[in-house]
Amino acid sequence: MPSDPRRKAPRPGFVLDVDKSTPPILFHHGEQFRLEKLPADRSRVIYPAEPLPGLKDPDEAIREALLNPINEDPLPALLWPGMKLTIAFDDLSLPLPSMRQPDIRQRIIEQVLDMAAAAAVDDVHLIAALALHRRMTEAEFRHALGDRIYDAFAPQQTLYNHDAEDHDGMVELGLTRHDEQVTMNRRAAESDLLIYVNLNIVSMDGGWKSTATGLSDYKGVRHHHNVATMQNSKSFMDRHSSELHHSNWRQGEVIKAHGPRIFQIETTINNNTFGYDGPLSVLQKREWEWSARDRATFIGMKNALDVTPSAARRKIFQAWEAPYELTSVQAGEVEAVHQQTLENVFAQHIVPVEGQTDVLTFGLPYICPYNVNSVMNPILVMCLGLGYFFNLYRGKPLVREGGVVIMSHPTPWEFHPVHHPSYIDFFEQVLGDTTDPIEIEKRYEEQFAYDEWYIHLYRNSYAYHGVHPFYMWYWGAHALQWLGRVIVVGGDPRSVRRLGFQPASTMQDALEMAGDVVGPDPSITHFHNPPILMADVT
Amino acid sequence: MSRLAKQLNLPPLPRALSPILRYRALGFPYRAPSTPRGVAPAPKTINRGADYDAGWARKYPARLARAAIVDGPMRLAVSGLAAPDRRGQDRLASLQGPAIFAANHHSHLDTPLLLTSIPEPWRHQILVGAAADYFFGTRLTSALSSLVIGAIPIERSRVSRRSADQAADLVAQGWSLLLFPEGGRSPDGWGQPFRGGAAYLAQKSGKPVVPIHIEGTGRILRKGKSLPRPSTTSVTFGRPLRPSQDENTVRFAARIEAEVSALADEASSDWYRARIRAHAGATPQLTGPSTGAWRRAWALGDRSRRARQRTRRWPNL
Repeated sequence: MPSDPRRKAPRPGFVLDVDKSTPPILFHHGEQFRLEKLPADRSRVIYPAEPLPGLKDPDEAIREALLNPINEDPLPALLWPGMKLTIAFDDLSLPLPSMRQPDIRQRIIEQVLDMAAAAAVDDVHLIAALALHRRMTEAEFRHALGDRIYDAFAPQQTLYNHDAEDHDGMVELGLTRHDEQVTMNRRAAESDLLIYVNLNIVSMDGGWKSTATGLSDYKGVRHHHNVATMQNSKSFMDRHSSELHHSNWRQGEVIKAHGPRIFQIETTINNNTFGYDGPLSVLQKREWEWSARDRATFIGMKNALDVTPSAARRKIFQAWEAPYELTSVQAGEVEAVHQQTLENVFAQHIVPVEGQTDVLTFGLPYICPYNVNSVMNPILVMCLGLGYFFNLYRGKPLVREGGVVIMSHPTPWEFHPVHHPSYIDFFEQVLGDTTDPIEIEKRYEEQFAYDEWYIHLYRNSYAYHGVHPFYMWYWGAHALQWLGRVIVVGGDPRSVRRLGFQPASTMQDALEMAGDVVGPDPSITHFHNPPILMADVT
Repeated sequence: MSRLAKQLNLPPLPRALSPILRYRALGFPYRAPSTPRGVAPAPKTINRGADYDAGWARKYPARLARAAIVDGPMRLAVSGLAAPDRRGQDRLASLQGPAIFAANHHSHLDTPLLLTSIPEPWRHQILVGAAADYFFGTRLTSALSSLVIGAIPIERSRVSRRSADQAADLVAQGWSLLLFPEGGRSPDGWGQPFRGGAAYLAQKSGKPVVPIHIEGTGRILRKGKSLPRPSTTSVTFGRPLRPSQDENTVRFAARIEAEVSALADEASSDWYRARIRAHAGATPQLTGPSTGAWRRAWALGDRSRRARQRTRRWPNL
């Protein structure tokens, strides 16, 4: 994963004012794409920064971080024979899409384990910190950690998924000053040292959220994964304005006082999602810079996708592995490490934007954190659009209060029966009744959270926890409260209406429908994502 | 007059029309010059052994032919005979430019196995150090070795830096090298001490050495056998090694050998246990125990991971 020499001086992200000469703009549309002509003189497009150069020697950078941590002793000094060592790591929801091997987690954990081997540490456990996400399969473990680690630890059952429903395997560490319960995986909590290996793709990840959420259970997570918290997180991508993070940080205080010693390792990656060359590289270029070859690739790809069955399309896209490069690695004390991580994430993602807009448009891609190797169901469409994309701001939302969001996605009425069983019931039963997050939380959450069948599937199959679709809905609670209307272009009208949104066939129709809410000739901003960007709105 | 012409009773050709006689009649420069009397004749150039010039095999047409052979029949044959389990290629992710690949050596199958296992971009820009006295014994074997596996002659019976210097020049030109530092195939299934060639080249060229461990080829075609017997093999790549500033050739060669031993340990147990033993200096030696022949053969046993992890068909009752 050496740095690509073609990208020594990447251009920062910027805001383009659309005029008559601006070409049609690329919108992701699930496993398809759309080119949309935006109205001139009242539209603007926010482009992400080009990929920052990756570290020249990632392995050396990792070694350096482990030997010279921030506010912490060097890792070898924390290891001794006979100790209980636990290494927890982010699950398959990061990065998106999955990265080409070797994955950053493999690079880091191999070096950590090599130091542990030098100290003759025998009692080592590796835990995928997946909280209430679905369990990782063997293939996913092998991809994230490599064969060497898998073959050394999985046969001894010392590499495994965190199980938030194993009551004997969980321990309660105490209450925060706001009376929030803090729970943790027992093995991690009772270790002499807990090393957390994190991968920050957006500024929401990392910090105390890694351990306070990733190794917790429903009792611990429910204190911040709720409607009130999400409505008061403005946004949850901005740690200092996020109630979600404040709650996690309070839980962190309890972990610091009563939990294990933690050695946090955080990493950041660049925006090289689709590569500098190859079939998808065109998605990472600005439209007016597409060469004849790029245009031919795009036309060929789009026409081929038009005639490809949806299951095959999904397979093709899910097989894409991003050539991400490591831009920074820092290790040591949780908060000091996370501060540096945030600076490095923002260096890649932040784009300054002046003023809000009446109408905000997104093209939603084929993947979000919860459908890796799976189906992007309508609830995840909502979560990606109104949860993640809407909240990728610092300062104030890109769209004014009462404004309109137009999202582009096919939104099929389709679910993965193994991964998302509770989503199916949530969509059919709960959303058929109400789409109000507060009502949903009050009337249905506990019923799903304590459902024995969902718990069984979470523990023994590869299903997300029963309560997970609720969190997806809460993720968009701030946007639902803020917006006047949500329109989905090109979506299945039945699913879109079930979500409480309005379907539109074309972007032109959607803009006209938006005019009913925000008035004629509204200002329009298109959020050209992915690759990822975060708007710093002033 | 030819025998056929005599049998057919043909009349002899006039002297002026005989092509052989006409050729003989041509003088220098159409014919080789004769050596004047009293002058020592120039030494004859021997184009074989360590002196074989394999430059033609590094030209584009020969490389193209070699690529077709390696990715075609050679890959097919290796898959059929050796069913290789290739591991650790991800350790080369940060490696850029040419490198020296150093592996243990059990069998003639090792070279095809490695040529089909080493990943791009090195696979088609690689030369194989081959014993000058064995592979370059005749013009035919020299030409075949150069064409099929990209062999270059390496002296192993004489103390000479000539072939090492030639190899270093090739590395400087951007070629990677595949070497077997043991200097020959294992006679008894255990490894032999590593010689300093790969370490010397790494120090001279400044390029890294990639240690590789091969397991199982001895079961297929060990030294002394001529017919292969299909079996399973594993190839484990290690992290690229560079000599440190205060490390001489002997110490670096020992480190390469230690790394290959650690890879052997990794292949027969698991990575973490192997690392613990490596750090504790307890990695089993590639060269095996220093005991009598039968005890060495006994200790060899079945060291493959597959044999060790074989599960019982029925539980103990």
